[in-house]
Amino acid sequence: MIGEGTQSTNQRRHNYVRENVDVGFFTDPTVCIGCKACEVACKEWNEVPDDGFTWSGSSYDNTGRLGASTWRHVLFLEQDRQKGNQIVGSSGDGADPFRWVFLSDVCKHCEEAGCLEACPTGSIIRTEVGSVFVQNDVCNGCGYCVVSCPFGVIDRRPEPLADAGGAFKCTFCYDRQKSGLVPACAKVCPTESIVFGRLDDLRARAHERVRQLRENGYGDAQLYDPQETSVRGIHAFFLILGEPEAYGLPPKPEVPTIYLRSAWLSAFATMIAAILVVFATFFFFA
Amino acid sequence: MAMSDEERLDELREEAWGKGIVRGRGVDVAGGPIPRRVGYYGQPLLKPPVWTWEIPVYFFIGGIAGMAALIALVSAVFHHLDRARMSILLAAIGAIISPILLTMDLGRPRLFINMLRVFKYQSPMSVGAWVVTIFGACSIPALLAVELHARHVFAGDLDQFIKIAAGSLVFASAFWGVLLATYTGVLLGATAIPAWYLHRVLLPIHFGTAGIGSAAALLELLGYRVAPLNALGFFAAGIECALWISLEMNKHGAADRALHEAQSGWIIRGGEIFSGPLALVLRALGFVPFAAISFLIGALLSRFGWLAAGKVSACDPEAVFASQEK
Ligand code: SF4
Repeated sequence: MIGEGTQSTNQRRHNYVRENVDVGFFTDPTVCIGCKACEVACKEWNEVPDDGFTWSGSSYDNTGRLGASTWRHVLFLEQDRQKGNQIVGSSGDGADPFRWVFLSDVCKHCEEAGCLEACPTGSIIRTEVGSVFVQNDVCNGCGYCVVSCPFGVIDRRPEPLADAGGAFKCTFCYDRQKSGLVPACAKVCPTESIVFGRLDDLRARAHERVRQLRENGYGDAQLYDPQETSVRGIHAFFLILGEPEAYGLPPKPEVPTIYLRSAWLSAFATMIAAILVVFATFFFFA
Repeated sequence: MAMSDEERLDELREEAWGKGIVRGRGVDVAGGPIPRRVGYYGQPLLKPPVWTWEIPVYFFIGGIAGMAALIALVSAVFHHLDRARMSILLAAIGAIISPILLTMDLGRPRLFINMLRVFKYQSPMSVGAWVVTIFGACSIPALLAVELHARHVFAGDLDQFIKIAAGSLVFASAFWGVLLATYTGVLLGATAIPAWYLHRVLLPIHFGTAGIGSAAALLELLGYRVAPLNALGFFAAGIECALWISLEMNKHGAADRALHEAQSGWIIRGGEIFSGPLALVLRALGFVPFAAISFLIGALLSRFGWLAAGKVSACDPEAVFASQEK
C-alpha cells in the first residue's frame, strides 16, 4: 500500500513459489492514473512483440483489448457520471457530470480456468502459486483455449510475429516469481493501483477498500470477483465503479466445462439412435 | 469545401436517429449527441475462433467417414459385402484426410503429436484428437483386411483369421466412427461462445444426422442406389427439416442472433434448406442423385455457417451480455 515504502508487497522479495502460496493481483482503478507503465513493463520484461500501431479513434485508449501480444491493457472509461464527491461541470452545480476511470485489465487466472480445462496438449498448467501458465514449447496452436476463455483473454499469435502460432497470455511473470521477484506490472505501478500479494490478504484488503470508498461517496464501488459462478473466483480481481459491462467484463462468466454434460448426453443419444436407425433401414428395406 | 462542424454534427445526429448508432471514428464520446456503443467502446468480450476452412471441411469429411464405417458394419452384418467394401474404403480415405486437415489448421503443425501426450476427458479437443487417431488405426487396417479377404489372397486358416480380423476391425471402426461424427457437436457446444453453447444439444444431433445423410448420399452417387440407403436419405433429410424448424423457433434474442441474422445466419439457413426440405422434395420426386448432391452441399455449407456464426457471436458484446442476463 502507498506509504509502506520498501515494505509494500509490491517491492519486497518473496518465497511464494517455494511455499506454495496462492497469490493474486488486486487492481484498483480509483488510484490508477492511466500512465500505462504496466503495459510497457509487461512488454519489455516478457519480450512481447508489438502488435501494430492503430488509432482506435474513440478514446485515448489505442490498445483496445487484451490479446496474444497484449497481456496488460489499461482501459480508459469516459462516463456521464459523477465520481465520489467530485465537483463536476464548469458551474460546479453537479450538472453535466463526467468521470474518467482507468483500469488495468489482465488475464484473470481463474479458479476454474476454461483455457486450462480445454487445452488438449497439457500445455496450460496450474502453477504452485495458483496462476494459469501456458508452456510455449508444448502448445501446438490448436486454438481451443481461445474459444474456451469466458473473458476473451487468450489468443493465438498470428504470423509474422515472433513465436507465431502458439497461444499466449499473461504468465503472471512466473519466471520472475520463481526467483522471488514481483511481477513486472505490479513492480512498476507508481500508484500501487496494481497490488501483488497473497490472495487471502488481497481479498481482505480489497473488501476494506470498497468499504472505505463507499464511505467516501463512491456509492457504486464493488468488487469484480465472480465467486458465485462456475468460475469460482479469479486470482487477478478488480475493484470497479459501476457495472462490469462498461469495462467489457462479462457480468456472469461461466467456465464452459459446465456445458459438457448436456452436450455429451446429446451426442451419446445421437450415436445410439444412428446405430439403431441404420440397422433398422437395412433390416426393413433389404 | 469542407463542411462546417455544425453541419457535420447535424449529419451525425441524423444518422444516429436512423440507425441507432454511428460507427465512425471519434464520434463515440461521453456526453456526445451520439448513442454510445455497448460495453467498452463496443470491443468484443470474447475472442473469435482462429479456425479457418480446414475445420468445417474436417467436420464434413469426418462425419462422412465415421458414419460410412457404421454403414460398412451393418452392410457386412446383412451380407452386402460389396457395399461394405465401398463403405470401409470411404471410411479409410476419410480417416487419412481428417488428421491432415486438423494438422493443417494448427498454429504449429509440427507439434500435432503433442495432442497425444495426455488424455483429458474434460476437453472435447483432446477426446477428438484421440478419436481421430484410433479411428484411423482401426479403419485403415480394416480396409486392408476386408480387401485381403474379399480377394481371397490367402487360403485356409489364414483367410479365416483375416476374416475374423476384418470383422472385428470393422466393428471397432463403426464404434469410433459414430463418435467421430458426433463429438464435433460437443466441441463447439462446450465453449464460451453464446451462439454455440446455447445450442449444445442441437449441435451433436445436427452433425450426426448430416454425417449419416452425407455418407448415404455419397454411396448413392457412387452407384449404390439401393432401398436402405434411400431410406436413410429420407430419414436424414427429414431430421434436418425438423432441426431447421427447431432452430428457427428456439431463438434466444440477441444472444444467438449470429445464427439468424446477417451473412452467417444465411449460410446456416442455406445449408439447412439444401440438406432439409430441398433434399427431401427431390428425393420424394425420385431425383435421387440430385437429392444426394443437395444434401452434401447443405451439410458442407452448414458447417461453414456454424463456424462463421461463432466468429460473429464472439465479437458481439451484446450477444454475450444477453446470454448472461441475471
Ligand atoms: S481469464 Fe481466460 S486465459 Fe485467463 S485463466 Fe481464465 S480462462 Fe484462462
